[in-house]
Amino acid sequence: MPEISLNVLDVAENSTRAGASLVEIRVLADSAKDTLTIQILDDGCGMTEEQIAHVTDPFFTTRKTRKVGLGVPFFKYAAEITGGSFSITSTVGVGTTVTAVFVLSSIDRMPLGDMTSTIHSLIVYHPDTDFLYTYQHDGNSFSLDTREFREILGGVPFDVPEISQYIREYLEENKTEVDGGVPI
Amino acid sequence: MKSLEELKAIRAKMQGQVGLRAEDHTHTRVVVGMATCGIASGARPVLNTLADEVQKRNLTDKVSVTQTGCIGLCKYEPIVEVLEPGKPKITYIKMNPEKALTVVEQHLVRGQVVEEYTLSAAGDIK
Repeated sequence: MPEISLNVLDVAENSTRAGASLVEIRVLADSAKDTLTIQILDDGCGMTEEQIAHVTDPFFTTRKTRKVGLGVPFFKYAAEITGGSFSITSTVGVGTTVTAVFVLSSIDRMPLGDMTSTIHSLIVYHPDTDFLYTYQHDGNSFSLDTREFREILGGVPFDVPEISQYIREYLEENKTEVDGGVPI
Repeated sequence: MKSLEELKAIRAKMQGQVGLRAEDHTHTRVVVGMATCGIASGARPVLNTLADEVQKRNLTDKVSVTQTGCIGLCKYEPIVEVLEPGKPKITYIKMNPEKALTVVEQHLVRGQVVEEYTLSAAGDIK
């Protein structure tokens, strides 16, 4: 994976497949602490202790199509190679939280990449899941709550061209306002 | 900051236009594999290109673009499947945004399968 945003997309897909009704995604960049923290929290089916123990093992997957599951191991490795950390906590029937901390200034940290596309894809292609996205850069932040959007829209779906475009612009313009348009 | 007022305005403008897109038997489905294998090999721009182009060409009432998990042929990702009612499924492999544009133009608009990008032509891919 060439950028962190693709890991976020991949890991958040797991949340939607776990039957989550709300997926929370936090991207927190803090220059003072020199960290880039990514958190993905869901209220999906959760994992058993045995599954948690194996989830960072590339040769473990619950899928039947093949024998490897590289999504979580990729994400863990990407964080740890920068000198950061990675953790998963989960309770069956309650949900799962994935936290990856990257060292912001590490030469081995891949770029955050196109978070707008990641969040946009998640929202538009998972009409039955709600997303709460928070993007924070030093003191500034913005968030997008699809429950709020849904309330305004009534029954109009997110994949209608005008709405889909609004969501993309909302993400992009607010992101630029928060980080000054400087790529992280 | 972009405000939610703008969203309200769009919603007001669209009042009454909703529910026109019936998903019936004549609907073509375009499915993009978006598991780890797909995402890592570039499925996200392919998905976005397909969705944008289908919108741009006003095909949304007969074509829907969706995503799925691992199709099981990871070495051929990014994979795009085209499912037209009453026709055999076409599997396009090793896709990129340029190829996606060709598929929209040739297959979705003109009804001509782009044979050279399909799985059945994979014997020729080195």
